[in-house]
Amino acid sequence: MTQKPRKGEHKWAAVVGLEIHAQISSNSKLFSGSQVRFSAPPNSLVSFFDASLPGTLPVLNRRCVEAAVMTGLALNCHINKKSLFDRKHYFYADLPAGYQITQQRLPIAVNGSLTYGVCAGKKQSQVIPKTVRIKQIQLEQDSGKSLHDDLRSQTLIDLNRAEGQLRVDANISVHHPGEPLGVRTEVKNLNSIRFLAKAIDYEIQRQINELENGGEILNETRSFHYQLGCTMSMRDKEGKQDYRFMPEPNLPPLVLYDATSLPAGADPQQVINIDQIRETLPELPSVTRERLVQQYGMLLEHSFTLLNEVGLLEFFQNVIKETRAEPKKVTSWVLNTFLGYLKQQNLAVSESPVTPSALAELLDLLDSRTISSAAAKQVFEELWKREGKTPGQIVSEKQLELMEDRGALEQLCHSMMEAHPQVVMDLKKGNPRAINKLIGLVRKATQSRADPAMIKEILEKKLSS
Amino acid sequence: MLGRTLQEVSAALKQGQITPTELCQKCLSLIKKTKFLNAYITVSEEVALKQAEESEKRYKNGQSLGDLDGIPVAVKDNFSTSGIETTCASNMLKGYIPPYNATVVQKLLDQGALLMGKTNLDEFAMGSGSTDGIFGPVKNPWSYSKQYREKRKQNPHSKNEDSDWLITGGSSGGSAAAVSAFTCYAALGSDTGGSTRNPAAHCGLVGFKPSYGLVSRHGLIPLVNSMDVPGILTRCVDDAAIVLGALAGPDPKDSTTVHDPINKPFMLPSLADVSKLCIGIPKEYLIPELSSEVRSLWSKAADLFESEGAKVLEVSLPHTSYSIVCYHVLCTSEVASNMARFDGLQYGHRCDINVSTEAMYAATRREGFNDVVRGRILSGNFFLLKENYENYFVKAQKVRRLIANDFVNAFNSGVDVLLTPTTLSEAVPYLEFIKEDNRTRSAQDDIFTQAVNMAGLPAVSIPVALSNQGLPIGLQFIGRAFCDQQLLTVAKWFEKQVQFPVIQLQELMDDCSAVLENEKSASVSLKQ
Repeated sequence: MTQKPRKGEHKWAAVVGLEIHAQISSNSKLFSGSQVRFSAPPNSLVSFFDASLPGTLPVLNRRCVEAAVMTGLALNCHINKKSLFDRKHYFYADLPAGYQITQQRLPIAVNGSLTYGVCAGKKQSQVIPKTVRIKQIQLEQDSGKSLHDDLRSQTLIDLNRAEGQLRVDANISVHHPGEPLGVRTEVKNLNSIRFLAKAIDYEIQRQINELENGGEILNETRSFHYQLGCTMSMRDKEGKQDYRFMPEPNLPPLVLYDATSLPAGADPQQVINIDQIRETLPELPSVTRERLVQQYGMLLEHSFTLLNEVGLLEFFQNVIKETRAEPKKVTSWVLNTFLGYLKQQNLAVSESPVTPSALAELLDLLDSRTISSAAAKQVFEELWKREGKTPGQIVSEKQLELMEDRGALEQLCHSMMEAHPQVVMDLKKGNPRAINKLIGLVRKATQSRADPAMIKEILEKKLSS
Repeated sequence: MLGRTLQEVSAALKQGQITPTELCQKCLSLIKKTKFLNAYITVSEEVALKQAEESEKRYKNGQSLGDLDGIPVAVKDNFSTSGIETTCASNMLKGYIPPYNATVVQKLLDQGALLMGKTNLDEFAMGSGSTDGIFGPVKNPWSYSKQYREKRKQNPHSKNEDSDWLITGGSSGGSAAAVSAFTCYAALGSDTGGSTRNPAAHCGLVGFKPSYGLVSRHGLIPLVNSMDVPGILTRCVDDAAIVLGALAGPDPKDSTTVHDPINKPFMLPSLADVSKLCIGIPKEYLIPELSSEVRSLWSKAADLFESEGAKVLEVSLPHTSYSIVCYHVLCTSEVASNMARFDGLQYGHRCDINVSTEAMYAATRREGFNDVVRGRILSGNFFLLKENYENYFVKAQKVRRLIANDFVNAFNSGVDVLLTPTTLSEAVPYLEFIKEDNRTRSAQDDIFTQAVNMAGLPAVSIPVALSNQGLPIGLQFIGRAFCDQQLLTVAKWFEKQVQFPVIQLQELMDDCSAVLENEKSASVSLKQ
């Protein structure tokens, strides 16, 4: 009998693999011509093939193959010029043919990677770049949707196919670094990022606890209980499934070409050229982020934020185009002020009352020192009210122009210092906060129209003289 | 008129000698008279008469659609026909009425053919006798032919006339009987291991199996997707060519059809120079079980070609002995997969149990399938199990490649066409046939035909002569992939040489005067 290790004696490492089911955006389904439409009435988008009527055959959707190639390229995968289709057999009411067509032997893309950022540090402001391996991408038929009616002890099946959602199965194991990988469990059908994280964390801890208590991990499928926040064994439901994989005889191997292997005189309707698809790819996020950092000198975490909000990058770039202000200033205004307002009111960039032009104009006013940054914030707030006024108009109306007259400002400082001798005394004693009070007083007197930096400079000059 | 060839009747229609409606009614009448043959599961009388009416209009306006316009045809009941029950001779699909036509059916209809009905078969096309369907076995019309009966009378032990009727062979026996008994001019069968050629040989017909990929399988309820093809049964080679011309061609709904342009129509030239031909005789096909009569005819056929100047070579297909087992593994595996969709949920038979989905599936499938189908499903699932897959399925795939290569090598050695028997012997009596089970019979009867399906090649069975018992014997020609036209050209020449006799079914035919009075009643007339 081996000695039980004391709890926490050895370090544990967890290994997690994700199987992500993502629906391709296309007009019709992968193997049949029936439409794909969100929230259609049950069983209204079912072709003869989808209903598995005898004698029907699958026909591969070109758009889906192109989408898979694009995804493979975007994830740095090797695209297999030849890939194969297989049947995966099991009986379930939402699988009318008794098998699912998938790519088990030779999928369309393999060996890719994805760089992403993990927020860490205080206030989650630091972004640590990480890379994850993409083992493979495969085209696969989706099953129907099951709706369980417990009241009538029946299950209703909608063969339109499950729509729109991302579904993830997580495979989790733990081991001691340096030792072989542990036995893995599979947690199925998670469809929210939050619950995915919860389920994984729970399962890792469960496995560690189990092993530290001398137990063992079974290679099983578990489900995640949302309310209780724990995973539970599905042991009684499924034994070890044998899917009896077999090549799909009705779909010949999928052959893809590139510029060098494309046969001369090939009908463009009948072939897919990987190089051509690569050219249609938009700039990938990692490239964009790198470019933003290089071009605008922003921090990596800023680039992540800019890309993670729909429409924000475009907004940012439009402001940059129209303003003379420094990129760093633009970055700061867009990510802090602008984004802050959006989040507060739960608006999308597209719903913003402030246009890029308006912000650009505002930043120009700031840059030309026509207004102070405090005034600028005020103007921004006014812009947000959607009254249709330009920044220039607001500045005029509210008389927010920076005080140009240095002489007048000096006078004001002088009189303020005279009016508050106590503060001046504190200052001379070396109290650093006192100067801010003085600056505040002067500012107030100017109705925020004086540049605080200038006030400070004048005061300090006066004090030292 | 009913004894004529498709080509002849088509000409008669065009010339107005007969109208589509008259033709249709004659055929329907004969179908009723020959009901005891059990060739048809469904007779689509109304549909056919309506189609005849439309055809007639077209002929009146001089707008006939072609050679098939107004021609009665029959379709095996494993082809999907819109609005017409399609059963596959199984309880599982009894009452199933498809909402679409198989591509080949649609093509026939688009050419104006008249659909007389759906013909009988072994359940889900599994069998070589057309005896194992829920609607009962099909009887070979030759059982009632003058040729056979006269020979039987010589036998002092001949029993009650109908108890020793003969099988048609299978699984497309209903289609074969339908054509053989003159109830239609052409019929669609299917061919997975010989299911069109086998009954053709037993019923004295031309049974043509096209190259895999030449004709669409969309709507053909599959047995083995990688081997199935629609088959054509007619009374002469020219008729088969006409039908093939209508059916061949790529179908976007079937991804296994090929895209190379096919020469349409499929007009067969007369074989100019037989001496340029090279005929191959596979030595492994000479087996002890082959009846002496068939062997003799095979030999005579080879001699015939040689005497006309063709080169006749012995070739070797060394992996022939493995083909039955290989076929068995691959066939049952695909069957297990293809039958998985029959669960009673969307269509077809559903049992009364609704305790749970699993219970419902199990009972539905038990009730819906016969023993043969269930046996193949169990075998197939066994071979597909993870622990068996490499040793059985993958191994069989490799052997299949070797078998296909055997043919490639034979053709590469200069051979144009192979000549082999189609069946071991002539048709046997039903009572004899059922002494062995379906699997045994299939293994025996498919021996000359199923390697062709594994290689995807075109092949045709041509009726050659009558046996000593007065029953048809056929021989098979096998061609190169997609050289269907060349194959049929050779077959047509051969057919002309052998002049196979017309079946004499006087008692059954009112309108037999044209056939009886025809002085050349001993041969199939091919008047242009």
